[in-house]
Amino acid sequence: MRLSSHSRLRDVSYFGSLVLIAVFVMLACSPRANALPAFARKYGLRCSACHESWPMLNYFGQKFKDNGYQLMNDRDAPIWQSPGYWPVTFRMVSMWHRVSTGKVLVDTYSPGLTDPTGVAIQRITTSGFDLSGLDLHTGGTLDKNISFFLLPSSDPAGSFHFETVMARLDNLFGSPWLNIKLGKFELDNLLSEKRPLTLTGNGGIYQLYHFIPVGDGNIFGQIGDNQLGAELMGHSWNDRTRYSAALLSSNDGTTQLPYGNAYSGFFTASQAFDTGKAGVQRIGFYAMIGQAPTTWRTSGGATGFLPGAAIGNKSFSREGFVGQFYFGQHVDLQVVTQHGQDSAWFGQGYGDLIDGVATLNNTTGTVLPAGSRSPSWNGVLFEPHYIYSPQLIFIGRYETIRMSQQSTPGTPSNLGNISSYTLAFRYNPFMTSRAGFAWHNEYNWLHQDGTGPSLGLTSTNVNTSEVMTGFDFDF
Amino acid sequence: MQRNNLRKWSLLLGAVAIVALPMPSWAQLTKYDLESRMGVESHVGNITGHAKAAKADYRRYCVVCHGELGDGNGESFPWIDPKPRDFQLGVFKCRSTPTGTLPTDQDLFDTLARGLDRSNMPQWSTFTKQQRADLVAWVKHFSPRWTNEKPGTPITIPPEPEVTPERIKAGRDVFARVQCWKCHGVLGQANGPSAATLTDDLGRPIAAYNFTEGARPKCGDTDRDIYRIFMTGLDGTPMPSFADNIKPDEAWDLVFYLRTLMSQNSKEKAMAKQLGLKPVDPNAPAGQQ
Ligand code: HEC
Ligand code: HEC
Repeated sequence: MRLSSHSRLRDVSYFGSLVLIAVFVMLACSPRANALPAFARKYGLRCSACHESWPMLNYFGQKFKDNGYQLMNDRDAPIWQSPGYWPVTFRMVSMWHRVSTGKVLVDTYSPGLTDPTGVAIQRITTSGFDLSGLDLHTGGTLDKNISFFLLPSSDPAGSFHFETVMARLDNLFGSPWLNIKLGKFELDNLLSEKRPLTLTGNGGIYQLYHFIPVGDGNIFGQIGDNQLGAELMGHSWNDRTRYSAALLSSNDGTTQLPYGNAYSGFFTASQAFDTGKAGVQRIGFYAMIGQAPTTWRTSGGATGFLPGAAIGNKSFSREGFVGQFYFGQHVDLQVVTQHGQDSAWFGQGYGDLIDGVATLNNTTGTVLPAGSRSPSWNGVLFEPHYIYSPQLIFIGRYETIRMSQQSTPGTPSNLGNISSYTLAFRYNPFMTSRAGFAWHNEYNWLHQDGTGPSLGLTSTNVNTSEVMTGFDFDF
Repeated sequence: MQRNNLRKWSLLLGAVAIVALPMPSWAQLTKYDLESRMGVESHVGNITGHAKAAKADYRRYCVVCHGELGDGNGESFPWIDPKPRDFQLGVFKCRSTPTGTLPTDQDLFDTLARGLDRSNMPQWSTFTKQQRADLVAWVKHFSPRWTNEKPGTPITIPPEPEVTPERIKAGRDVFARVQCWKCHGVLGQANGPSAATLTDDLGRPIAAYNFTEGARPKCGDTDRDIYRIFMTGLDGTPMPSFADNIKPDEAWDLVFYLRTLMSQNSKEKAMAKQLGLKPVDPNAPAGQQ
């Protein structure tokens, strides 16, 4: 279960207490900040103006975002707000969920013995009441055409990290075609994983945005993770045409440069068309092309990794098409495809060694096993929506990723393939410019080939399912 | 204690009465009246808009300000200024048609994409043309004016002449003669002698347009838009139509002069600088600027 998550949380508990203090100070001195989502109340708009269904954006919301959280009128400057206005939104989910994971290795015991005597493969099912992490969104304009977003985000246990921190110069030289952003931010994915209509552990992310082949050591190509970098983006006045180009540090959004000196690029372009009664259709492409290290220089032993000193950069790429198709006022279909490829080095287990994802170090004289190839794969996701009204939306998703080339010849061709099915509906009992509340219900089923425990001969497939019902609210 | 409560209540009632007074009496329009006008159409180019088709969009995007009954009494009403428009009045600022008449469908269609600067009315430029045409029909269905009257005939705007220093000077004379400065100030800073006391037709205080701050005119910022603005007026506000006082050729001169007041760089501004053009003198005798 994740809202905006990050796999490697740093130990920042003191930050958590600072935030708590800040929250109390805020609540104490700002009488109007108690229950108003930050942007809606600034402009007097309802959530539904910008969100097809909160939190997913519609075209109007996308344009607002592309303008740097500005409607492009004179109400954008923060000076229009009463001094008591804090552009803060809290978001959290309380829920009941049931997670059932197939194929878990479980120790077995003989009667009377305290140490395990064997292992068995079992399905583990857990259900109960739970919480998501807390997202503390704050964003808006510092001045006309200078915007910011700051999102400290916690895991369900309350340990915080910075999910998004960015400032942006908007409409440089008076042109919407030139906007520059610097910091840690979501890549310009039209189908945003940070604004998903789904919340379960496997259904709440796009598998396509995080896929790593089995045994591959490259974590740096995850387009769904917020990244550190600078982005140039631009769009036409009505947002029908848009492009972006970002230069990123290849560190998957981790601060303090723990890896090496490597960069990646993320590029997008899309065009939307007015097709009359059907609506506005958008098609575009994206590409991430990057490098990341495989050689970890050490000091004082093979595991004494020197921070920021990794070299031996190898390349990777992810590219695909994005489509947003509307069929009248009630039905739409979001499509993303991906072709991904990693250098054979990553495929053979070199890459992110310091987090233990990779297993091997490309030290002087290392050669790849004969016949090693670049792993590559293809994937696609379809996400249809039925919007009964802005208050009730039904969501479906089918995602599949197929390996097209395994790094090691002879590996089963389907090892690591993923299929994921998600069904959900969200009901918002009220719609105002003050707060968002959704009764969220979701089912996800995820299947992966060959990654289960094998206990001997053939490898096994993993099937995991999750069902949840909960209250998703923000204010 | 009881007495205190009574006082509180009567104060509250009084306040409500004062706030309610300037409200139009036909604000009592019912859902039933509106239902009966659901057949209203709009025609923009070759697109036909249907009121009914805009129902969902109106709820999604507009109702928060303009209200369920189109009376401008949505939930954001208390917080924003100028107040959301009451569509039941059928009075519109941005028209190509003479003052006092209804705007054309095209006018409303353009307004939706342009938004109204210096107000909370956003630019609805991401919509399809069909969506906008449907919304225009929807806006119309709120006022009986559209069933009883036809839109005015758009004013004719002669082709824009070449800017010359003489025309800019002539424009300054028009600015002085018809007394734009009374509200807008001699420098266009919205601080003329009448500025402080201006109210709109509903009695709400309203500011004149400040030319020098870089804000866009609500009704468009091309030269033709500006021509149209003072030759048709912004109905419902003290900004009058000058169609009877300014000849078409003079109107272009005035447009050029207004450009010299605006903060944006322009040919006119450069020329005025070269001329060393002075602001109008309100005390100069007629014809002697
Ligand atoms: C956030 C508040 C807000 C929302 C949302 C909003 N409006 Fe408005 N609208 C206003 C305000 C305020 C005015 C009056 C501005 C003024 O008088 O200067 C206005 C004025 C108008 C006018 C009058 C234009 C004229 O020429 O006088 C029209 C037409 C209109 N709105 C249509 C719409 C439609 C259609 C939508 C939904 C797609 C919408 N509005 C959504 C605030 C809003
Ligand atoms: C009686 C006062 C008054 C006089 C006289 C007056 N104006 Fe205005 N004018 C206003 C007000 C009030 C507004 C703002 C209306 C609004 O924002 O809705 C305005 C707005 C404008 C605008 C901006 C319209 C827009 O679309 O936002 C222009 C341009 C303008 N006036 C030009 C002129 C010119 C030129 C003259 C003289 C020929 C003139 N005005 C005379 C009161 C006046």
